[in-house]
Amino acid sequence: MSAHLSYGRVNLNILREAARKELREFLDKCAGSKAIVWDEYLTGPFGLIAQYSLLKEHEVEKMFTLKGGRLPAADVKNIIFFVRPRLELMDIIAENISEKNGRPPQMHSPRDFHILFVPRRSMLCEQRLKEQGVLGSFINIDEYILDLIPYDGDLLSMESEGAFRECYLESDQTSLYHTAKGLMTLQALYGTIPQIFGKGECARHVANMMLRMKREFAGSQTQILPVFDSLLLLDRNIDLLTPLATQLTYEGLIDEVYGITNGYAKLPPEKFAAQKKQGEVGKDLPTEPKKMQLNSAEELYAEIRDKNFNAIGAALSKKAKIISAAFEERHNAKTVGEIKQFVSQLPHMQAARSSLANHTSIAELIKDITTSEAFFDNLTVEQEFMTGVDTDKVNTYIEDCIAQKDPLIKILRLVCMQSVCNNGLKQKILDYYKREILQTYGYEHMLTLNNLEKTGLLKPQTSTRNNYPTIRKTLKLWMEDANEQNPNDISYVYSGYAPLSIRLTQVLARPGWRSIEEVLKMLPGPHFEERQQLPAGLHKKRQQGENRTTLVFFLGGVTYAEVAALRFLSQMEDGGTEYIIATTKLINGTSWIKSLMDRPEAP
Amino acid sequence: MAFITANWNPLGEAFYRKIELYEMGWSLRDGLKECLVAAAPYGGPIALLRQPQRPSSSARPQLEIYSSSGANMASFPWKSGPVRQLGWTVCDDLLCIQEDGTVLIYDLFGAFKRHFSMGNEVVQNQVLEAKVFHSPYGTGVAIVTGASRFTLATNIDDLKLRRLPEVPGLQGAPSCWAVLTQDRQTKVLLANRADLYILDNTSCTPVTPPGLSLQSCSIVNMAVSFSYKYLALFTDSGHLWMGSANLKDKLSEVDTKVRTPPKQMVWCRRPKSQQPSVVIMWDRLLLVAGECTDTIQYTLDEESVCVAELDGVRIVGGSRHELLQEVPSACQDIFKIASMAPGALLLEAHKEYEKSSQKADEYLREIKEQSVLGEAVRQCVEAAGYEHEPETQKTLLRAASFGKCFLSNYPPEPFVSMCRDLKVLNSVREYTVGIPLTHTQYKQMTVQVLIDRLVYRKLYPLAIEICRYLKTPEYQGVSRVLKHWACCKVQQKEEPDESIAHAVSVKLGEAAGISYSEIAARAYECGRTELAIKLLEFEPRSGEQVPLLLKMKRSQLALSKAIESGDTDLVYTVVTYLKNEMNRGDFFMTLRNQPVALSLYRQFCKHQEQDTLKDLFNQDDDHQELGNFYVKASYKEKKLEARLSLLQSAVDEYNKAKNEFAAKATEEEMKLLRFQRRLDEEMGEALLGLSLQETLHALLTSNFHKQAEQLYRDFRVPDKSDLEGAAEAAIERRSEGEISTVLSRCSPTTDRALLERLNRARSTAAKK
Repeated sequence: MSAHLSYGRVNLNILREAARKELREFLDKCAGSKAIVWDEYLTGPFGLIAQYSLLKEHEVEKMFTLKGGRLPAADVKNIIFFVRPRLELMDIIAENISEKNGRPPQMHSPRDFHILFVPRRSMLCEQRLKEQGVLGSFINIDEYILDLIPYDGDLLSMESEGAFRECYLESDQTSLYHTAKGLMTLQALYGTIPQIFGKGECARHVANMMLRMKREFAGSQTQILPVFDSLLLLDRNIDLLTPLATQLTYEGLIDEVYGITNGYAKLPPEKFAAQKKQGEVGKDLPTEPKKMQLNSAEELYAEIRDKNFNAIGAALSKKAKIISAAFEERHNAKTVGEIKQFVSQLPHMQAARSSLANHTSIAELIKDITTSEAFFDNLTVEQEFMTGVDTDKVNTYIEDCIAQKDPLIKILRLVCMQSVCNNGLKQKILDYYKREILQTYGYEHMLTLNNLEKTGLLKPQTSTRNNYPTIRKTLKLWMEDANEQNPNDISYVYSGYAPLSIRLTQVLARPGWRSIEEVLKMLPGPHFEERQQLPAGLHKKRQQGENRTTLVFFLGGVTYAEVAALRFLSQMEDGGTEYIIATTKLINGTSWIKSLMDRPEAP
Repeated sequence: MAFITANWNPLGEAFYRKIELYEMGWSLRDGLKECLVAAAPYGGPIALLRQPQRPSSSARPQLEIYSSSGANMASFPWKSGPVRQLGWTVCDDLLCIQEDGTVLIYDLFGAFKRHFSMGNEVVQNQVLEAKVFHSPYGTGVAIVTGASRFTLATNIDDLKLRRLPEVPGLQGAPSCWAVLTQDRQTKVLLANRADLYILDNTSCTPVTPPGLSLQSCSIVNMAVSFSYKYLALFTDSGHLWMGSANLKDKLSEVDTKVRTPPKQMVWCRRPKSQQPSVVIMWDRLLLVAGECTDTIQYTLDEESVCVAELDGVRIVGGSRHELLQEVPSACQDIFKIASMAPGALLLEAHKEYEKSSQKADEYLREIKEQSVLGEAVRQCVEAAGYEHEPETQKTLLRAASFGKCFLSNYPPEPFVSMCRDLKVLNSVREYTVGIPLTHTQYKQMTVQVLIDRLVYRKLYPLAIEICRYLKTPEYQGVSRVLKHWACCKVQQKEEPDESIAHAVSVKLGEAAGISYSEIAARAYECGRTELAIKLLEFEPRSGEQVPLLLKMKRSQLALSKAIESGDTDLVYTVVTYLKNEMNRGDFFMTLRNQPVALSLYRQFCKHQEQDTLKDLFNQDDDHQELGNFYVKASYKEKKLEARLSLLQSAVDEYNKAKNEFAAKATEEEMKLLRFQRRLDEEMGEALLGLSLQETLHALLTSNFHKQAEQLYRDFRVPDKSDLEGAAEAAIERRSEGEISTVLSRCSPTTDRALLERLNRARSTAAKK
């Protein structure tokens, strides 16, 4: 179930096991049968740590969602609240357990209440519980430090949706504090990371906190040989462009079209109906969306997820041939021994076949979309912007889209992209777009536009000089002849556009940031390098030809395409560096813009 | 070597020895006469309360505290009430139990710490007798009052007084009594002449010790062993009964032939004792009695006090301090005359080896033939631990090391750790330190506690030296000692803040895991707020600084520290505190200087206190945000008039913020709302809430061309110029939606021809 976490360069299963151990310890602290009341937001992230079976082993008999009013009846000894430290949730908890709330007296045997704060205890919340007069009702108030959650063999996520909005719009750096804490936990398990690089205000802030925390924990350090050679902290706002562009890798497109949350995608059921029906004839078409877990545990998916979508067809058909060839083997099996061997391989082959069928269905679904005219038009405009074509004029495609009342988020993505690629829009053009949007989608979106302006996604041009072309040329952000089938550069993930964030990572590894000082100055926030002293005797002796391991942390989110690009760099033969990726949240342009909207969509 | 057994006395199968620990450094004129004495176990300190020489009303008794070697640590006249009993707590604090039931607590250096009372009832009836006892719960106190009632406190740090039930027929104090801990319960065992009772929380139960032959005799003394497992009773007929403390088994009964009630009686055992025995002390006689009928008798030439230890009895006299114990079997095996035990042979072999005699080989051969060399080494190492003289220790260890040479695969740890332990033990037994710990006691009390004890005695350099020598992890070793040192340092009133802060930072600077906030808290307790603030500056964990700063009312500083820590929850905590503490104006001003706190507070208000949010923006003249605030508020408003007035406020704010676009857009919004309302009222349409384009579309589809046209004019909807192009495109694409959009942009008066074409195209598209 979690084996795929341990196959990578860094065994992330250690982190998962540590998290599970802590959970078990907490559950055992509350002796007897239990019911868990969930802050709904947490169920997804927890799913990556522990399945229901683990909870069941520790006498968790019931689970509820946290909501106002009375607690549902449950004949258990303990009621445990798993919540984020939010004031509004405290009020709900207070309502839940308050005696006044007309609970029939003595209907239940006396129950013990516990709170588990995720990821951290909060004095503020405890104060609120005290004000509500229920603090004394809790036997245990504990914290469950769940910062970085292992998402895949080389990917960690904090699954904190609001991180970008909080940091860049509301100047609330709580998530950065959790990031720093999470990195400290990581270092406790995988050793001190000797080098820290970073770019951006938030990166600087996180690095400062880490260095400070290291001083705080001085003396209680663990003697572990460092697994990571360096850490790179990147602010999302140094590269606002990348998430706005439509991702063109297989996984990226699944996310763009259907959305992947906590490692699961919900797909339309129609295409999958046929397989399901094989056994159960006569049943109606399934109406529930098909929920599929997508990670490297699935062999085929691990192979194709990071390919450009245009290369998926070929990959799938190749795989199909291999599998059918494997099934053909049975005709060659003559002796009993050979047949036995063939049979023993059957389960694996059948799993591979069903996996292939699933992905063929998904690929077909996506292909319907990518071959549509609308998709093509949209992509053309995106690529025009990225290459700097007519970014200083009102774009007719955007105008048309507004006129046709396409989804607002699509419009916002495009307008923001134009603004970013032009280093701001002329006031007249900006006002024109804004007015069009307000008149078509409603004046209430003024607040959203205001948010976009505050975060710099949308801005009026202040200087006449547009430095985007310089950045694009220096960092080679546009590659004319991107090879989608057999890529030789990261630009394949956007069929031409090489993500800025990943270029920065690539340049850092070789030849170093000194070569691009000019460009770094054009991007917001400071860039820096810090060294952390290692305890004597823990300096790694590098073997000849051994790769470095770098942890790249995206503050404010990362896209699947960027992850794919880093995986591509890890696999390059002469790369010399392997990457582990960490982020506050996996995002795409849609989910990202959505998180910045006020009154999103209809009220 | 030959003299090692000189002080051994046989008692049945076992031997007893009396070793001199110290010649006492104190100079007491009358020895321990007329003194109330309390000596703490584990080689702890000794307290004396000496009665004045000439009893007169003005003369005060003198309280003195000494180390086990008799070095003076404190001495002061006793000015409080009459003291019944002295005792030591587990953390080396002195308890003085007064006649009125008040218990005063002093530290090792005679500084008063605190006091508590054993209950109101006692004030009247007075304390007749008191005992201090130790249990797993800590240090406890038991008293018996003039009304013959017992009161217990099992842990003086968590004081819960328990008054025990009445004992039938008891008048005044019992003949003798003791406190014991059984089954996690503290009980009192008492004798009233011939009757024995056990007193617990709820009841008083008469008991009889099994096999006590002379029932009619009264019990005049009793002793409970260090581990609370054994009990000894002494009767006025001179008989000593020994048995288990639960009164189920009898061990033995000895006739001492002394009928005088003893002054003191204590158990003398050791873990893995060969036979349990009791030491009984009279004025001039010390008697050891065990299971056999024999006894050992020592004459006492001075007034003494016995202190029970885990593995023996210490005898403190006016001039000497001695240890009486059963000789451990390892020592017996090695040193007993003519012993042929492996250890003894190894010791002999080594001796010959030193003399370069070939006999060494003979001895070794003999050991090896029996293949007991490993055992021999083990015996020598073990015995070294039991010996007090460094020379003897060395001889034994050398022999062990010699024997080890002929063994392959012998684990080095026991030898190495014994060498280390002995080095530590010898250094604390040193006369100037005066902690005569045995190896057994040391292992029981652990290094951690030993370090603590050294720290209590302010022997910081030695404590640090030991930590370094034993390689104790810094944060539980050296750093801990330094922290205690600093806590002590900040209490030195005569030194100025500056120099103390400097001295502390210089010494502690490099040490890992120091909690400066704890030191600062101590300084604050001593009323040195300024010093506390200076010390807090050194605290690397900002989070730790905050609570103390708040306590010291340095809330502004607390706020900046909280921000520094990056822990937003901490910032919120301080902000909430400030909010309750300050008036609103000051509060806002404070926040204004701390942007991080301000933005967090804004977030808080956004969810919790909308009105405060408005005030905040007002105070900052943030008109843009105020405008947004009103816009947001307008959507929550159901009534149109209220909504419009909020929007008007927004327009005003946007104007002040010089955001023309937003002002104009909001004005347009108001205009649209009014227009929609009018039309809804006049024509019964449901337009309210639609966007401008949607409104136009709705009007056109409902054939309100005139009104649509007016809207176009009023809002100057742009882009009429390429209307035609858009129409062409839409028709070509045969998309119904697109055509409708273009249609909505056509004016019925000017674009009549286009309208017709479009309508036609739409109907064909719709048919498809």
